[in-house]
Amino acid sequence: MEAPPAIPDKIASLREALARPGLAKPVARASLGHEAVDDVLQGGLARGALHEVFAAPGHEASATGFATGLALRLAGDKPMLWIGQSFAAREYGAACPAGLLEYGLDPSRLIFLALSKMQDGLRAAGDALTCASLGCVIIEIAGNPKLLDLTASRRLVLAAAEHGVSILLLRLGAEAEASAAETRWLVKAAAQVPQDENDWGHPVFDVSLVRHRQGRMGQWVMAWSCDNGRFETAKAAAGPVVSLSSDRQAEAA
Amino acid sequence: MIAEKAQNALRLSAVDKFARSLGLYVGQPLANARAMVPELEVVPANPKADAALLSQLADWCDRFTPVVALAAPDGLILDMAGAVHFFGDEADLLARICDELLQRRFSVQAAIAGTALAAHALARHRAGLIVPEGREAEAVSPLPIEALQLDAVTTHAFRRAGLKTIGQAASRKRSEIVARFGASTLAVMDEALGLGSGRPINPRKPAPDYWETQGFAEPVVTETVIRAALQEIAQQLCAVMVQEGVGARRLEASFFRADGAIRSIAVESGAPVRHVGVIDRLFHERLAALADPLDPGFGFDLIRLAASRVEKMQEVMITLEADAQAEAEIAFLVDRLAARFGREQVLRFQPQDTHEPERSWATTPAQEPATSAFTWQVIRSDAEAPRRPLRLFTPPEPVTVEEAPPRLLWRKAARGLTRWEGPERLASPWWRLQGPEPNTRDYFRAEDDTGRRYWLFRDLSREPSQWFLHGMFA
Repeated sequence: MEAPPAIPDKIASLREALARPGLAKPVARASLGHEAVDDVLQGGLARGALHEVFAAPGHEASATGFATGLALRLAGDKPMLWIGQSFAAREYGAACPAGLLEYGLDPSRLIFLALSKMQDGLRAAGDALTCASLGCVIIEIAGNPKLLDLTASRRLVLAAAEHGVSILLLRLGAEAEASAAETRWLVKAAAQVPQDENDWGHPVFDVSLVRHRQGRMGQWVMAWSCDNGRFETAKAAAGPVVSLSSDRQAEAA
Repeated sequence: MIAEKAQNALRLSAVDKFARSLGLYVGQPLANARAMVPELEVVPANPKADAALLSQLADWCDRFTPVVALAAPDGLILDMAGAVHFFGDEADLLARICDELLQRRFSVQAAIAGTALAAHALARHRAGLIVPEGREAEAVSPLPIEALQLDAVTTHAFRRAGLKTIGQAASRKRSEIVARFGASTLAVMDEALGLGSGRPINPRKPAPDYWETQGFAEPVVTETVIRAALQEIAQQLCAVMVQEGVGARRLEASFFRADGAIRSIAVESGAPVRHVGVIDRLFHERLAALADPLDPGFGFDLIRLAASRVEKMQEVMITLEADAQAEAEIAFLVDRLAARFGREQVLRFQPQDTHEPERSWATTPAQEPATSAFTWQVIRSDAEAPRRPLRLFTPPEPVTVEEAPPRLLWRKAARGLTRWEGPERLASPWWRLQGPEPNTRDYFRAEDDTGRRYWLFRDLSREPSQWFLHGMFA
């Protein structure tokens, strides 16, 4: 509590950065564990950046799981801030510590901020991004609030980059819109190929990378290994492929 | 003129100066007074309003010291220890209090002495006196014995014994006083005479451990100036706390408006603080988040910063361990969020010793230390999917489950179920049973044809049993 934010240090590092024009800071990346995805991401998901996880309609829990997996990969062993929204809790259920534990996230690492106003959530996220000891901020955003415009997302991007804290926007019931995000993922559940009757295996996602500032996009079916804490390859069952309207919108954005 | 019913007759309970000059006195029967002054203006006594006014006045006196006690029905005791220097010396202080009260059209009698009782007695009988420390006996001796505010019987007994002043009573042997009037009476006399430290007064609000005040000749209005002033006060307060080796977990800033209105705003912290930057930041957050913003009106003429819930605190080394530094940063973030959004919104989860789904964790303010004696228990086995959902519905949502073909009807949509697993029977332990029926649930994990996974239960305590959706898995 005693230590003030090291402002002189920050100024020094900014000076240093200015003195070397053209030399961009090397981006710290967190491997997801899934080889093909890591390949497209050029090694992994950028830390100190803004990433958006969109839930396909009705697949909010899967998006929550995918975002939690990303957060675990991004945060290392640092604590996380989860900003929950009361409307999202009513509509899609509230983040459940017992479930997060089973998923591989120790709830003791989590600070949970329960808010009802979007404005407060963005403000809190901006504040939290200045705390370099935080590994990751996850913010639930239900619908398409006007407040979260391009300016607001740029502000978050800058704050994230400055202190190297990653931020995940968990977009529930939302349509894709313009943003300054580094990556945007569209997530829905994927049906499993059970080995036998009792095989109740790890969660499987059908994930599309629909926006990537640095490169290629793609679509994969991956499983989250709760045992190893990483994404792995998985096969989806040959079932009916549900067409989701937000696919097209996300691609258009 | 105020009258009140006492001893079965309407009697005067308060008289103003003019009435006193006409020979009226408190306790006089109203009929008697009316006979003397037929055009008497009488108002019925209203003790409730009097008490409210006194309490309002006590609030206002907060500007002189945070330790204000009521001496009902018409007195206030201010503990000025450590606060006099803000106003010059004691004479300046007394003059200022009297002046300001007079300006507000109160008639006031005040005195300063080393013990509350001595000051109280002097204020009523020799107003304006400032008794230097240790000279209480001299000042109090000439006062009538009533000034001790003993009960009527004891006072009467003193008078019967011919002891009409405090001085006369004090001239008797202590043993005689104890034998005749009891040890408690002697203690009261000692207090009035300034022997010993006196009983502590009973302040209206708990006294802070440390406080600093700053007055402004020119009331401050703008946010920037207020923030700078608060910072300056924090600097002084922190200097004191550093000297004492403590930090505060609660800080309260009081803003005294020139027109008498007072606004107090508190911030709390998970760990003791005594750093100006931290205090400044917390108040900045709190002030910015006020639903009802600080209204300076024509300006604040006094700001006080009080520290309470102080704890011993080690001087932190500059070369902090990385872990401790990170922990401190997180604690500071939690404090800032709590200052802005309220401490009940910034939460942490703590494990509990039960498998009951809704009771297996507790949610507590993150500012409070983690106290749980239990550890988190993973229920699933290796290579198995989670047995608890990521998103939980509170309360569980009623659904319909059809068996052939297996379908889940929820929120007006049907979902074809491809597989399910269970049951896992979860029942409330018998000691928490509320009704006659045990609260027993059979939980199932189910997957639909799009791969979505549901946490369903059948409530067996209902007749017929009813299905609910409790949560969703990834």
